[in-house]
Amino acid sequence: MAPDATGDPSVPSDPAELPQSIAESGPEAAVPAVSLRHASVAFSGRTVWSEGNFDIPAGGLVCIIGPNGSGKTTLVRLLLGMIPPATGTVEVLGAPARRGNPRIGYVPQRFGDAVGEAITGRDLVRLGHTGSRWGLRKDSGVEEEVDAALAAVEAQGFAAKRLATLSGGQQQRIAVAQALVGSPDLLVLDEPLANLDLRNQRDVVDLLVTLRGERQVTMLVVVHDLNPFLAYVSGIVYLLDGHPHYGEVSDVVDAELLTHLYGTSIQVIRTATGDLYTRART
Amino acid sequence: MTALLADIGYQDNWIEVLGAPFMRNAFLGGILVALAGGMIGYFVVVRGGEFAAHALGHIGFPGATGAVLLGLSPTLGLGVFCVAGALVIGALGHRAREQAVATGTVLAFATGLGILFASLATRNTSTVTNVLFGNLLAVSSDQIVVFVIVAGVIAAVLVVVGRPLTLASVSPEVAAAKGLPVRALGICFLVLMALATTVAVQVVGTLLLFALLVTPPAAALRFSARPVVVCTLGTAFGLVSVVLGLVVSVMFNLPPSFFVVTVSTVIWMVAMVATRERHRSAESPAE
Repeated sequence: MAPDATGDPSVPSDPAELPQSIAESGPEAAVPAVSLRHASVAFSGRTVWSEGNFDIPAGGLVCIIGPNGSGKTTLVRLLLGMIPPATGTVEVLGAPARRGNPRIGYVPQRFGDAVGEAITGRDLVRLGHTGSRWGLRKDSGVEEEVDAALAAVEAQGFAAKRLATLSGGQQQRIAVAQALVGSPDLLVLDEPLANLDLRNQRDVVDLLVTLRGERQVTMLVVVHDLNPFLAYVSGIVYLLDGHPHYGEVSDVVDAELLTHLYGTSIQVIRTATGDLYTRART
Repeated sequence: MTALLADIGYQDNWIEVLGAPFMRNAFLGGILVALAGGMIGYFVVVRGGEFAAHALGHIGFPGATGAVLLGLSPTLGLGVFCVAGALVIGALGHRAREQAVATGTVLAFATGLGILFASLATRNTSTVTNVLFGNLLAVSSDQIVVFVIVAGVIAAVLVVVGRPLTLASVSPEVAAAKGLPVRALGICFLVLMALATTVAVQVVGTLLLFALLVTPPAAALRFSARPVVVCTLGTAFGLVSVVLGLVVSVMFNLPPSFFVVTVSTVIWMVAMVATRERHRSAESPAE
């Protein structure tokens, strides 16, 4: 321990106590939202990706990009604790990744597809809270939490309807509300813009950016197309040549890197108004 | 008028018959089965368990005839085969397409096996008719005890697993991420459905099972998407089907199964027509 730290009573002299004291002191900034060390994942003997070595700082809006089949959803499943790492360690919010972590809210891909006809938006949001409770125990304050989550995504007007009768953008709002109940510290969204038209894409991006501003929540978003998020994103996880990497936007949004990443020629363009976007060169 | 009614088999003494002791068992049995089926109704339609329900009835058929062949209770044989069938269907997982073919093949084989057992057990041919088409009027007090136990078990299990099963049914990905045993919940549901099938077969038979396990909740789902409402309304539809079906069957001295299924079908058709407008407008969601 450095001699200058001994005089400060808030800093413990035993280094082993240090991580815990940081966690208790509140500021999330010290504990990364996600931390991978030599992590790899494999399915039936085939390695999907390996040597994941990065920290994602807490509090950002981070996109996960990579070509089809590069293992984006696999990374999500790893963080959710649904699959174990084949090697290495995976920590989420300062603790090893585990299934059922209440500090993580999850929005899966194609959320409303399965049984949208048979459930209302509001009931689905409530299940985000009560769905993992066994027995009949009544929890107080559930309705208030459901109301708050629906208000946060501005879904009160259509939450009583069947999910299948809602537009894609409205379904996505219900999905986000479902993940928000319980006030998670990390929100993981798998392709939230899939199958949405441009206007609904815009709405969902605005919603996520607003929520990020209002709540102390880190957002990890798997995206197919980075452009809708490019103006707001704080960092990017990219899956390149069988390894996941984390980088700042300025490092990743680079024509050479993106071209290598997607295997097709990509241009990075800054418009006269200062907006940044990427496009495949034709 | 009276002559015409007599021609179609109208029974003048039907109110008397309804008061007869064996009718008590018929009503009790029908009500218990409607309850057992209604409680799991929402899950049957939401999980796409319609085909599995149909299949379990057929899988139970050789169980019942085989039990008769061995001199055992048909109910026991029915229950064992249904639950075993549910476990097999559950073990096949949710690879839907493969599962449909596997289930269909197994149920055809089971039906063939049932016919073989029935022909070997020549002593009691009425069992075959009863299993295939059901016979509410032949429900015994022993069967009522079994019905009560089955309805009680389904209710007790649902009290414990109700909410996790709902989440696992409507959003398996979220349920899995929350640490719920999605697969085990699916198997648990299939076993509950096997139990409901075991009792429902004794009321409407293997061939008409659909009308009591699937049709009422499917009609209820037209009116509401709320799990508790669908289960309650589906149970009510099932109760109306068995009670009204039984009364009409006594009035005309015809098999109850026919009228139970008829009432159930009419309720479903009315539900489809009554909610047609709402569902049509819902098919083109507002942007």
